Amino acid sequence: MERRYLLGNEAIAHACLETPVDFISGYPGTPSSEVIDELRARPDRRYYIEWSVNEKVALENALAAAWCGLRALCTMKHVGLNVAADPLMTSAYTGVTGGLVIMSADDPFAHSSQNEQDSRIYAKFAKIPCFDPSGIQEAHDMLGAAFRFSEDVGLPVIFRPTTRVCHSKGDVDLGDIRIPERTGEFHRDPRQYVVIPAHTRILHKKLNAKQERIREKLVQLGFNYAEIRGKDAVIASGIGASYVRELLPETTSFAKIGAYPIDEEWLKSFVRQHERVLVIEELAPFVEEEVRQVAGVIPVFGKKSGHAPLEGELSPDVVAGIMKSAGFTATQVFPGPSPVSDVPMRPPILCAGCMHRATFYAIKKVFRDGIFPSDIGCYTLGLQLGVVDTTICMGASITVASGIYHAGEKRDIVCTIGDSTFLHTGFQGLLNAVYNKATITVVILDNRTTAMTGHQPNPGSGFDACGFPTPPVSFEAICRACGVSFVETIDPHNLNVMLQAFRDAKERPGVKVIIARHPCVINARRAGILGNRYVVDEDLCTGCFSCIRFGCPAIEKSGEKALITGSCSGCSVCAQICPAGAIVHGGKK
Amino acid sequence: MKGSFDVLIVGIGGQGTILASNILGGACLIEGRHVKGAETHGMAQRGGSVESHIRIDGQYGPLIAPGTAEVIIAFDMLEALRYSYYLEKDGIIVVNRQLVVPTSVYMQGLPVPVIEEVRQRLAAQRICMIDADRLAVEAGSLLTQNIVMLGAASHFLPLKPESIAGAVSRLVPQKTLEINRKAFELGRKAGEQCNNPMQP
Repeated sequence: MERRYLLGNEAIAHACLETPVDFISGYPGTPSSEVIDELRARPDRRYYIEWSVNEKVALENALAAAWCGLRALCTMKHVGLNVAADPLMTSAYTGVTGGLVIMSADDPFAHSSQNEQDSRIYAKFAKIPCFDPSGIQEAHDMLGAAFRFSEDVGLPVIFRPTTRVCHSKGDVDLGDIRIPERTGEFHRDPRQYVVIPAHTRILHKKLNAKQERIREKLVQLGFNYAEIRGKDAVIASGIGASYVRELLPETTSFAKIGAYPIDEEWLKSFVRQHERVLVIEELAPFVEEEVRQVAGVIPVFGKKSGHAPLEGELSPDVVAGIMKSAGFTATQVFPGPSPVSDVPMRPPILCAGCMHRATFYAIKKVFRDGIFPSDIGCYTLGLQLGVVDTTICMGASITVASGIYHAGEKRDIVCTIGDSTFLHTGFQGLLNAVYNKATITVVILDNRTTAMTGHQPNPGSGFDACGFPTPPVSFEAICRACGVSFVETIDPHNLNVMLQAFRDAKERPGVKVIIARHPCVINARRAGILGNRYVVDEDLCTGCFSCIRFGCPAIEKSGEKALITGSCSGCSVCAQICPAGAIVHGGKK
Repeated sequence: MKGSFDVLIVGIGGQGTILASNILGGACLIEGRHVKGAETHGMAQRGGSVESHIRIDGQYGPLIAPGTAEVIIAFDMLEALRYSYYLEKDGIIVVNRQLVVPTSVYMQGLPVPVIEEVRQRLAAQRICMIDADRLAVEAGSLLTQNIVMLGAASHFLPLKPESIAGAVSRLVPQKTLEINRKAFELGRKAGEQCNNPMQP
């Protein structure tokens, strides 16, 4: 046993080694990505591991491995579970022989997400168990138990840490790493694995028959437990339980929910021993609804009573505020000063030398009056440059573009989509747009990596999750195979060529694809292949600030002149923009 | 009582807040103490405002409540101001005398914040200003400004300086060990001028 200071996701990854897990797949998404990043980087790995092209693909691969008797982990962020929902719902019918844990990381407050959905509801929807850790140590300890439980009941289980579990840190007691010894073998059983109506009706009955045992077993395993200490009770789940523990007086009862479905009899017997019950949980009022069902006349406080917020994330001060408003005693009162006003915002920004900025500049220049559907990645930050008009979910730029076209919009429609997002769920939209004769310009922002989530490789990168070479997919060939006749590949750091390509595209009907290809500047810096930096020749600078409007974080105002800071990565685009020719090579850094 | 000593490290994505928080966590482990923390990952790391919460002796949640941090370590003046409401009444802000103007300020033509004005707005708080960039360059690399800042802040933390220095040695890339050690020492010396070492 060893104690280390780890990120939640690192502790979860370590638990996989202890369990041990045989098969790992997933698609990157904050806050889930570091589990696979940690496991794929280990030189001593004895498991199969892949970055899949999307979450549906990842889950189907993991499900097959679990059918073959392996322990399989499949990781994704909460919205990835929407993509994987199709196999998820029926995997509960087929069941598994090896353990299958689907880690779906929820993101209360949408720190890095497009919504605040709650994976626990998917578990209920699919009729499978769900594990909901309240901190890093519990996340670590729960993962092994989740695998054993999955094997015990023969069902996939959802493991749903939240951002403040995945991306919090703490001292964690780790167990010993074990070497996986299972080998996968598929045992033919069409009644289990071929879900034709005649089979699936029986499988559904079997799934329903498992439910009672799941509930009882989860209570026996101790993931849901209670302490009776007074007439008021607080019931909490997830990270909310850790905030409650910090604030709970010794005379208030406490029930901790760590797994679902909750056994109704157990819950009822706890609730009925109290005069008032407060439920603390993030996202949906999921526990609260269960509590309300068993509470009878006992008043229940929480989201549905208006005492706890329906949105956002919890924190110690928020929980103390909820307790106070519901008339529950907390051991601490927080001073609660307000945020400082009038401090200029510092939102995230595309890096100095990022290829996306140059591409957005050219799009804006050529398609002044255009409509700009976009997608999910670093380039969503193009919002600040006025070149992102829509973002809904992964792969929805090309589809929204064609939808807007067919709705009758007469202006130019130019959509942007990253390389990984295009391969995730983007190119079906391209195929559809060509098939249904839309007139749109599709710009594939190909920086050769999945940058925003931490530079994971994808099928365009030329190497797999473990760094071994694989044939890089040809975006040009995919686009041509979809029936696109205008496919141009340009380097966005060559402004004139890029502008000409956009002008050519603007003139033509149909679906046009421009592939803007340049390595992500962060990867280029790591690889030591950045160009020399640029500087402003103050004698030539006229102070027109065309370069400032370009929006690069390496360019500042210094009085009436522009100034390029040391964070310049030498992309040269500002030098191409400057009408006075005042931006020049500044020599080596 | 909360039972933990709460430190907030703030800065701009890319300045090394995560390494700094790892070092404090490592120092806690060296001393056999519990520690909890939370940090910013994902898109905000792209040059945005970032925060790392570290709760020394923390046993519960990872988040620090506004008005309760004993120490704020800020790698930028503007970020010190932004997060200053997290400081408790008697707390201290150890801040790098450095202000990176957000690009959006230039693009939107907002008034450009300057160090002196930010300093005045922080006048009600106890602050310790450190020329961390200059000291980092003196140590051998501008990139070590985060380690300089930890050295300066070490006077105000309930951790032994040798534990923090030990965690620095374990966590920085081995080829930069010497310059990081020097950065820590230079920071520690610079922090002495703020001359209110923490009372045990």
